[in-house]
Amino acid sequence: MARAAMAPTQTALPRQARWRGMIADWSSDQRAFKGVSWGKAMMWVFLLSDTFVFGCFLLSYMTARMSTVEPWPNPSEVFALTIGGAEIPLILIAIMTFVLITSSGTMAMAVNFAYRRDRRRTAILMLVTALLGAGFVGMQAFEWTKLIEEGVRPWGNPWGAPQFGATFFMITGFHGTHVTIGVIFLLIIARKVWRGDFDRGAKGFFTSRSGRYEIVEITGLYWHFVDLVWVFIFAFFYLW
Amino acid sequence: MATTIHGHGPAETVPPAETADVELYHPHSWITRYVFSQDAKVIAIQYSLTAMAIGFVALFLSWLMRLQLAFPGALEFIDADAYYQYITMHGMIMVVYLLTALFLGGFGNYLIPLMLGARDMAFPYANMLSYWIYLLAVLVLVASFFTSDGPTGAGWTLYPPQAILPNTPGQDLGIVLMLVSLALFIIGFTMGGLNYVVTVLQGRARGMTLMRMPLTIWGIFTATVMALLAFPALFVGAVMMLFDRLLGTSFFMPAIVQMGEQLSYGGGSPILFQHLFWFFGHPEVYIVALPAFGIVSDLIATHARKNIFGYRMMVWAIVIIGALSFIVWAHHMYVSGMNPYFGFFFATTTLIIAVPTAIKVYNWVLTLWRGDIHFTPPMLFAIGFIVTFLNGGLTGMFLGNVVVDVPLSDTMFVVAHFHMVMGVAPILVIFGAIYHWYPKITGRMFNDLLAKLHFWVTFLGAYLIFFPMHYLGLLGIPRRYYEMGETAFVPASTVTLNEFITITALVVGAAQFLFLFNMFWSLRHGRPAGGNPWRATTLEWQTPQTPPAHGNWGRELPVVYRWAYDYSVPGAAEDFIPQNQPPSPTERREAAT
Repeated sequence: MARAAMAPTQTALPRQARWRGMIADWSSDQRAFKGVSWGKAMMWVFLLSDTFVFGCFLLSYMTARMSTVEPWPNPSEVFALTIGGAEIPLILIAIMTFVLITSSGTMAMAVNFAYRRDRRRTAILMLVTALLGAGFVGMQAFEWTKLIEEGVRPWGNPWGAPQFGATFFMITGFHGTHVTIGVIFLLIIARKVWRGDFDRGAKGFFTSRSGRYEIVEITGLYWHFVDLVWVFIFAFFYLW
Repeated sequence: MATTIHGHGPAETVPPAETADVELYHPHSWITRYVFSQDAKVIAIQYSLTAMAIGFVALFLSWLMRLQLAFPGALEFIDADAYYQYITMHGMIMVVYLLTALFLGGFGNYLIPLMLGARDMAFPYANMLSYWIYLLAVLVLVASFFTSDGPTGAGWTLYPPQAILPNTPGQDLGIVLMLVSLALFIIGFTMGGLNYVVTVLQGRARGMTLMRMPLTIWGIFTATVMALLAFPALFVGAVMMLFDRLLGTSFFMPAIVQMGEQLSYGGGSPILFQHLFWFFGHPEVYIVALPAFGIVSDLIATHARKNIFGYRMMVWAIVIIGALSFIVWAHHMYVSGMNPYFGFFFATTTLIIAVPTAIKVYNWVLTLWRGDIHFTPPMLFAIGFIVTFLNGGLTGMFLGNVVVDVPLSDTMFVVAHFHMVMGVAPILVIFGAIYHWYPKITGRMFNDLLAKLHFWVTFLGAYLIFFPMHYLGLLGIPRRYYEMGETAFVPASTVTLNEFITITALVVGAAQFLFLFNMFWSLRHGRPAGGNPWRATTLEWQTPQTPPAHGNWGRELPVVYRWAYDYSVPGAAEDFIPQNQPPSPTERREAAT
């Protein structure tokens, strides 16, 4: 039976055999995901778990917003900036979103150069990514300051439902923490790339295992995830 | 492209290695070997000892509660507040800090690498951190006993608004420490959980296909995946309640007048917390139950010298139960106020779970059927589990139906149900599993007579405690009442029954010290066990040293040729064939045809 299944087949297999083949491949020995390293598998599983964290945050926010009897402040007005005498809605958020999505681009380029073992370009692009990320957090800090000055607090605000401030600080704060952790992680890895740790097989300080250039891609997975989450926050919190 | 092995029978061809052998961290000092250890086996023992230590605290609390229920006022320090604090801490400790930590952190860490033929977990450093954060979570929880107003008395479900309102016991610091401790536990668990999942998916030995894994691993693996998806809901709920308590937000707090005073809260939804809590809480039941299912399957097959009946069905049943458990959570909320159509939906999904669960129970019984049953302590506990779980499962069918649940909810019937199904049943498995693997962990046998005595007192005692509680519940005795006093509808006989339950509970609790004594005494005085005292097939019994050394295996990793259940194979020389034994000439001939 085993031999027959291993024989190469030219003709298309019937549907049932295809399913069986897929399950057999997936459940074959040693690895369920062929060619996927432990580190990368771990990051994917972690991101799946983290998706549920953000999902719960966003669902809770939507519940609060839909069930409150008080008016919900209009995000277009709350998050508007007066520039040159004209009030432009959501301008800061638009810039922040642009910056974060740009950083995903530089991150992807860093991954590319890492696999080519171009240490200098990889490190520079990771630094640029980290800078853009830090810029995002900085703009978020500016936004928080502005809202706090206007009287928004976790327990209330001048315009309506107190849950507005509560969910705003909680969700953007949690996301901002993720970005900050990402920036720190980027800086650490960029330094290792710059020093050539992955070419020399230097041992990690904590894990005492030698790293590989793949860590750049794993960092990238996290970074893209944080960007993707922001898209949802942007859509559900600011555009709704 | 890798060659694939179909089915779980013996196969001669084992594909070449795809994964290089791992770099192991080698400890250089006593501290890195036994304290800040990165070896999964040491971490497993650390997890287990911590979990059991905090478990004994919970046991002690249950004694105090029982004493209060049977002899109200006899112990002067137990007032209503103290009683609620005991209930809360007992429940939370047992469910999260004992059962979850022991099954996943304890058995998961010990068994996953050994049963799968790996040298260690995928990320030993994160694994070590996982334990230390868990320990921190336990310490934070214990610290709440020593605050000025004691631990929180909100009930283990921590329902707001009660949990954070003034005059609830532990409102000042207790609830804060509880929520922080839960958040820490979840962070620590995530670090360990990523290890378990990745090691099972990507770190198996050559020839160890998913469909050759012992059911223990299937149970632990599925439970870990569920935990990684369910704990986020509790994490979010804990964070939001912390904000409500510390920052004065109103996520879960509606407008409230307390003692004639309007509180500053308003506009929040207590039901939202219930949804978040039970989206975690119901999968949690199966996070505890699935490892127990898996372990029991292995205990039964080994000690009845028979292959597990319907292995494939057993695997699918585990996976299906895991998936279904995410869409049943609101059956805990039938009396919270819910659209009747939702009740209908959640009752239906709840009852559907009975199908895969029943398949499992039938398959365990069919494995025992005409088996060569050895009544060793692990087997006794396994059989005890089947009976207890069946009992608890059947009362679950009552409570899963909305119309039956409404009169029964918040009575002692519920207490009896969940103690049978997710209290006693998994704990019987834990004992059975500890007796089963004790010879491998320590290299010595435990005292058989003490173990059997421990079993009979625990098993019969559990029935004597929880069976009468069903009756009390049907009479309408509410749960969480610290004394009944003079109540018209409560007959006097219930007082006697309560005294009976309490005395039994004291005896059963004391019997657990037999277990503890046996464990420590046998460490030095037990007879040497040898490598494979139960003559079992799975890989952990085939290690070159017992207890297994650092790195688990010698120079070469084991190679797996068959599934985990080749017991009493006709024509074989022994009544078990280890998973790493190549096929015999007969088996080769059969495979060729």
